[in-house]
Amino acid sequence: MGSSLNIGAPVTRRGFLASLAAGSLVLAARVSPASTLLAVVGQDGSDTAFEPNLWLSIDPSGAVTIVTHRSEMGTGIRTSLPMVVADELEADWARVTLRQAIGDARYGDQNTDGSRSVRQFYEVMRVAGAAARTLLERAAAEIWGVDAAECKARLHEVHHAATGRSIGFGELVARARTLEAPAEGELTFKTPAERRYVGQPVPIVDLADMVTGRATFGIDARREGQLFAVVARSPVLGAPLKSVDDTAAREVAGVVDVLTIPGYEGVHGFQPLGGVAVLANSTWAAIAGRKALKLEWGESDNDSYDSEAFEREMVATSRRAGTSWRTAGDTAAAFEAADEGSVHEADYYVPLLAHASMEPPAAVAEVTVDEDGKAIRCEAWAATQNPQAAQEQVAATLGLELADVIVNVTLLGGGFGRKSKPDYVAEAAWLSRATRRPVHVTWTREDDIRHDYYHTVAAVHMRAAVDERGMPTAWLQRSVFPPIFSTFAPGMTSPSDFELALGFTDVPYVLPNLTVESGDAPAHVRIGWLRSVAHIYHALAVCSFPDELARRAGRDPYEYLMELLGEDRLLDLEGVQYPNQGESLERYPFDVGRLKAVTKRVAQMAGWGRELPKGKGLGIACHRSFLSYYATVVEVDVDRRGALTIPKVWSVLDAGLILNPDRVRAQMEGATAFGASLALHGEITAVDGAIQQSNFHDYKVARMYDSPRAIECEIVSSEALPGGVGETGVPPFAPALCNAIAAATGVRVRRLPISKTDLRWS
Amino acid sequence: MPKLTINGEPVELTDLDPRTPLLWVLRDSLNLTGTKFGCGIAQCGACTVHVNGTAMRSCSVAIGSLEGREVTTIEGLSPDGSHPVQKAWAQMNVPQCGYCQTGQIMSAAALIASNPEPDDDAIDSFMGGNICRCGTYPRIRAAILSAAQEARQ
Repeated sequence: MGSSLNIGAPVTRRGFLASLAAGSLVLAARVSPASTLLAVVGQDGSDTAFEPNLWLSIDPSGAVTIVTHRSEMGTGIRTSLPMVVADELEADWARVTLRQAIGDARYGDQNTDGSRSVRQFYEVMRVAGAAARTLLERAAAEIWGVDAAECKARLHEVHHAATGRSIGFGELVARARTLEAPAEGELTFKTPAERRYVGQPVPIVDLADMVTGRATFGIDARREGQLFAVVARSPVLGAPLKSVDDTAAREVAGVVDVLTIPGYEGVHGFQPLGGVAVLANSTWAAIAGRKALKLEWGESDNDSYDSEAFEREMVATSRRAGTSWRTAGDTAAAFEAADEGSVHEADYYVPLLAHASMEPPAAVAEVTVDEDGKAIRCEAWAATQNPQAAQEQVAATLGLELADVIVNVTLLGGGFGRKSKPDYVAEAAWLSRATRRPVHVTWTREDDIRHDYYHTVAAVHMRAAVDERGMPTAWLQRSVFPPIFSTFAPGMTSPSDFELALGFTDVPYVLPNLTVESGDAPAHVRIGWLRSVAHIYHALAVCSFPDELARRAGRDPYEYLMELLGEDRLLDLEGVQYPNQGESLERYPFDVGRLKAVTKRVAQMAGWGRELPKGKGLGIACHRSFLSYYATVVEVDVDRRGALTIPKVWSVLDAGLILNPDRVRAQMEGATAFGASLALHGEITAVDGAIQQSNFHDYKVARMYDSPRAIECEIVSSEALPGGVGETGVPPFAPALCNAIAAATGVRVRRLPISKTDLRWS
Repeated sequence: MPKLTINGEPVELTDLDPRTPLLWVLRDSLNLTGTKFGCGIAQCGACTVHVNGTAMRSCSVAIGSLEGREVTTIEGLSPDGSHPVQKAWAQMNVPQCGYCQTGQIMSAAALIASNPEPDDDAIDSFMGGNICRCGTYPRIRAAILSAAQEARQ
């Protein structure tokens, strides 16, 4: 198995075709829910009338090349999707090479976020593999003069069982490339039992490079003659640059130039923030030069932003009537009818969070300019989750056509949503045009923590009236947060149906009188999306509150939760604005039975119900996100001084069809640590509009010693349509941990991070 | 200017401020990009290298302090990825995004060199300086135990 990250020759259509050995079979596929188009492509690519979203080639030596178009940031997707092609093709995985695609709308969606790569592209990969196999089988049939139905591909050869003959894929290429691509209806697919790679723990293609230091990330991309740049940005969002004194900066050894990047226009979106760039012959010289800058910034509307005061305002908003999103029965009347003593309220809060991927944002850009210094072309190499957005932003920043911007995708040292926003790629492009040299921009950790597209701060108010068994007779939940769309629309303060559908409007409990509302909040920093997005604060509230009600009623939280989930059924979301990740509820219903099944299984695995001494406890939470079902039990150990450790976590995932169980397991393990980081430590604060944290000493993340020591994961074996994996394990972790702390100590944590709460007990 | 060896090769660093951190010399001057930048203040371990066999955060080691020292980076840990720690890492599919893993591997190699039989607490303590945002910690632990066992044989 080989791979290349095309540092050098980009995988444009022409570039890809030109790079193949003469006489290769090239198959182009375009698969959408509406139609499937396949074509055998000539070497010049001129005979594809359609715009394929997958390329697959087999050269006369038998080498298979697959263009992989999703970004690799640790999920293994760069390996897992091509596995599907190779499996249906009956290719020998050792003879498959991957080429990473550039950003190009013809590949379809390339924004690698939302846990949707498998869901959206499994079918494309399967069809392409099956079509290529069909071509090879038909070519063999022609050569042998037998019926194609008697010819079967097996491990890079086509076999004719009746005569015992076989021909290698490479030898079939010359004939196969003269054939018409099969029509969709002519394709057959493997049965689960026939699968060779899908469902197997195939190692990622980049493994050997990663353990030897050869793996190339955006920060490692190098172009001949490049300058290294860092940028000083305004401490408060939107503050204009008033004055620059770069005298001392220019005297720093190695500094080549100091340039002012203009601030963004209108709403920031993915535009560069603007600021003062120091360009040097090494990153270190650029950093040292930046330290020597004397800058003055002007006033901003965000100068008065204080996260403590803002928290109080948000909590107050969450306690006032808001915008209604889902109702059942008559909640107001049910509350009115309830005894005062039967009403329980809780306010949950999650602060701003930073992504803090281990590789900070980084990219190199090389702009070609004409005699007047006008950009005519740009090529970039970037750690980006979203190469098409990078292409669009660079084109906008430089005033270029999309076709004149090539964005190559390196490996990503983590992404978590930050690297879907390509502002840093546009910074590099702007600086390359200005200097007429390739420019590499690195964000230092301080830049990353202080100028992130933050996971939004949120306050969620929960209120229920309960009957004598503790079951809710009335239920109100209200979510308040500065919305993601504030990054794209000026002055946007209202949450969208998209954000509320992330674990809030779809509360799956049996609630005869239900009101789901939202409240408005303005953004004072750039708001983005972080692994599992609004599920983080919604799951904290929706999965902690039943635990509170159970304990209040003196009932077992697991038994209570299962009763609250009710009968196995498809959740009725009739009349609710519920985007469901862009899928219909017919294809991907909210199946409460599947949610209950993972919950039941995880409780069994954890030995739920066993007696534990004070200070130790189990907490449970279950949550559907990204069309998959996840349940977690956390065991916590809190000593009398309040020091907390997590000896063990159990998790069960039902994500439908699984491509690579080892990588799925890795995502489950990783989600646990990611959940531990945000639950235990994560908090970004602001004073006078400026972010107070700067690096890992004051924005702490989970380390080996405070992560769960043991993690036991189970994946439901299923042939259901594939759901998301990468984010699904994050949401239930924090509430399961908070529920465990309540069990261990009686202390209920409703405000993250947990480190801010005194957990001492006696 | 200091004379030192990097991965066994003698290196003379000229035209560089002696206060320059080793990390940036490796990455930007010598193009040894396997050593990663993560924080710049010795908080995350992504830049871990060996100096005379001891794990050091190269972002916080000035090159002026390295006269006569032997520096080993991930590129020099083994010629072909065959160090017991690298083998265990590959066998257990430890990396996710892979970015912090070179620093993790350099720390782990130093750990088992100094403590051939590390227990869970020793691993927690020694590896606590290396952050992984992907959360590969359970596999790192398992890989260290496995590599230590292999190294002892």
